[in-house]
Amino acid sequence: MKKKIESPAELTRLQSELKGRIDPAQPCIAICAGTGCMAYGTQKIVDRFREEIQARGLEGQVAFRTTGCHGFCEKGPMVVIHPDRIFYQRIGIDDVPEIIEKTVLGQEVIERLLYKDPVTKQRIVHEHEVPFYGRQMRLVFGSNGLIEPTSIEDYLAIGGYSALAKAIGGMAPQAVIDAVITAKLRGRGGGGFPTGWKWDATRKAEGDPKYVICNADEGDPGAYMDRSLLEGNPHSVLEGMIIGAYAIGSSHGYIYVRNEYPLAVKNITLAIEQARDLGLVGENILGSGFSFDILINRGGGAFVCGESSALFASIEGRAGEPRAKYVHATDKGLYDKPTCLNNVETWANVPLIIDKGADWYAGIGTENSKGTKIFSLVGKINNTGLVEVPMGITLREIVYDIGGGIPKGRKFKAVQTGGPSGGCIPEAHLDSPVDFDELTKLGSMMGSGGMIVMDDRNCMVDVAKYFLAFLEGESCGKCTPCREGILQMRKILERICQGEGRMEDLDTLQWMGQAIADGSLCALGGSAPNPVLTTIRYFRDEYEAHIKDKKCPAGVCKALITFSVDPEACTGCRACARVCPTEAATGKKKEVHTIDAAKCIKCGACFEACKFDAIKIA
Amino acid sequence: MSEMVTLTIDGRSAQAPAGTTILEAARGLNIDIPALCSNQELTPYGACRLCMVEITHGKRTRLVASCIYEVQEGLVVRTETERVNNVRRLVIELLLSRNPKHPRLLAIAERLGVDKSRFEVEVKGCILCGQCVRVCREVVGVSAIGFESRGTDRRISTPFNVAPVDCIACGSCAQVCPVDVIPFKEENGVRTIWKTNFELARCEKCGRYFAPMRQLAHFSRVTGLPLEHFTQTCVHCR
Repeated sequence: MKKKIESPAELTRLQSELKGRIDPAQPCIAICAGTGCMAYGTQKIVDRFREEIQARGLEGQVAFRTTGCHGFCEKGPMVVIHPDRIFYQRIGIDDVPEIIEKTVLGQEVIERLLYKDPVTKQRIVHEHEVPFYGRQMRLVFGSNGLIEPTSIEDYLAIGGYSALAKAIGGMAPQAVIDAVITAKLRGRGGGGFPTGWKWDATRKAEGDPKYVICNADEGDPGAYMDRSLLEGNPHSVLEGMIIGAYAIGSSHGYIYVRNEYPLAVKNITLAIEQARDLGLVGENILGSGFSFDILINRGGGAFVCGESSALFASIEGRAGEPRAKYVHATDKGLYDKPTCLNNVETWANVPLIIDKGADWYAGIGTENSKGTKIFSLVGKINNTGLVEVPMGITLREIVYDIGGGIPKGRKFKAVQTGGPSGGCIPEAHLDSPVDFDELTKLGSMMGSGGMIVMDDRNCMVDVAKYFLAFLEGESCGKCTPCREGILQMRKILERICQGEGRMEDLDTLQWMGQAIADGSLCALGGSAPNPVLTTIRYFRDEYEAHIKDKKCPAGVCKALITFSVDPEACTGCRACARVCPTEAATGKKKEVHTIDAAKCIKCGACFEACKFDAIKIA
Repeated sequence: MSEMVTLTIDGRSAQAPAGTTILEAARGLNIDIPALCSNQELTPYGACRLCMVEITHGKRTRLVASCIYEVQEGLVVRTETERVNNVRRLVIELLLSRNPKHPRLLAIAERLGVDKSRFEVEVKGCILCGQCVRVCREVVGVSAIGFESRGTDRRISTPFNVAPVDCIACGSCAQVCPVDVIPFKEENGVRTIWKTNFELARCEKCGRYFAPMRQLAHFSRVTGLPLEHFTQTCVHCR
């Protein structure tokens, strides 16, 4: 099927033909082969499934798909067996023959592979009944589990590229822009700028050529939704970009993707080739006279290259440093030409808007934040993974209903949203709706969608220090407030963690934070003080404990804590003595143990090893 | 003649040609805005952040670097607000932690009411204003030096930290450096800069050493005139 598609009508015919080839009643095993599951060793399970299907001569009767990330990374490796959507989690190689024998061929459910609800203790059979999925609204991310990312036929069969056909076949470019404006789509990369306005400004700007760029320089520690979209459903991103280019009047596109994402690079490269073969990218797309082609630019891994002007500099072959943006990129961006830069997730939202209509889209979410947002839910949370939720959902619903709460029954302390330069939100604000404006009001931000959950064992001073150290390392060093200011803030925090803080440090940090935010050249420095400012705002008592009492309430800052054994709780099991690397923890079997403070390096190994809660940190 | 733009700076009405920066327009009114990375011969860079001013255009008020931001019709600029001064005080304190003694920095600090830096000092001398890099690329046209590394490791260096291949020893970098941290000396017919010795040409008439041979060779390349045209006599004896 290398023949180019020459009209929107022909595309629709091809879609129905491909859809017709799939028997909806045929069993299909969809295995998650996203980054998380691959790290669990999914490749071997994939191989085993293929061997088993072949050995039993089931090709043609049983379909097998290696899909992109399903999102529930905590429970990988996982498969979903269609058409019933039976969900098996934490499967191993040896489970493969049984799955085929019993479930695929025998319609029998294997109890032990089912997900067990931690609250009701019930086994759950179907994927959509698992609370982690049930509470989500997976408009953008949901197709990941249905298709092979390397197959354009799969994407077409689920209706992919319909939006492109609709836009090119029957909508004027301005009508496409108006739809995106009406839908009130806002940029998912962090800024939350209205996408339609950006498109409109680029369309109206003078200059040729105009560039359309996909920002896939996802750099937040712990965030991987853009990666999972590019890996799992690259055509959805591509379709969004082609529609955007058509609306804006651009013939040149770039995808700026981190080179640390080899599978994303591979899948999007393949997707472009496939789309070009079918005439969806390149000259005269769908016979419309509109031409658009895309190049892939692999980034070298600098966090700051996610910033628009640094990204342009990087594509142009210069060092990735921002420049002052008093001229908008929509007027003078890449090579000083009008440029529209949107994030991966933003582009992936576009086909939905065109396909289902702007009014439908604008019906989801809150007043000024529409649609859904994908978050990387990580940290001290039971259900680590990628979650897609409607804007306006509360933090509590995400953390408890979808995330399943805090592991080991510990107490929730804060959730950090918006990546390393986001803010830490305390329990008192857990019922706040999650949208662009509400998160900003709380001193944090939407950012690209990182969500790091912390419990009572996280020290907020230490957390602030950690994020500053990350940003210090990622500052390009061009402007003074960011380069020197973050460094000095981090040094002050280090002093506080050492027990050498002074109360006036808090005023200095707040004063510096405001001045760094006001004075920095780009958003990296502009938002860098957020973790410090929000932790002082919401967890001032913890800072004061470090400074006044020389204590770290969470038991993290080594200079301020001591380890001791609770004689009441100690059973003399020797677990602490066995793991202690410096022989500080000692004691005879069945006798109360002790920890020699002079030898103790406060590594915490004894605390982790003790099953009786007998190690006390104070 | 470019179109003239009318704006307000510190309550005073000012007219400036379109394309002028706020910094230039303010200096035209004798309003003093401290700046370290700006140099009228060089492309605006906007990195030191001392020249921040508060602008209001329409409903929005924000801080911008006046060395880059161009004048706009109806723009209202305030050069000495509390927010502006806070950024400037922070910047000078931070720069003093890299270079605690240079008179130029101390003078700016004094003007801003900063008597000393509260921050831990780690003397590096260079304040990374980038004037040397820009003068070498934009005015001299050789790009012999550049930035190396990023963040707090950022520094000015020659390629691969060895004797600079493209340097013509003109000394422009040392000349523009606002804090005088580029070592430069001349002795016995040799100019030393960037840890490299460059031979000086000697005037056949007066006997003085007058320019590095490399620089004269550069002139010869750029103008297409023979090297002897430049190397034999100094400008005074021509």
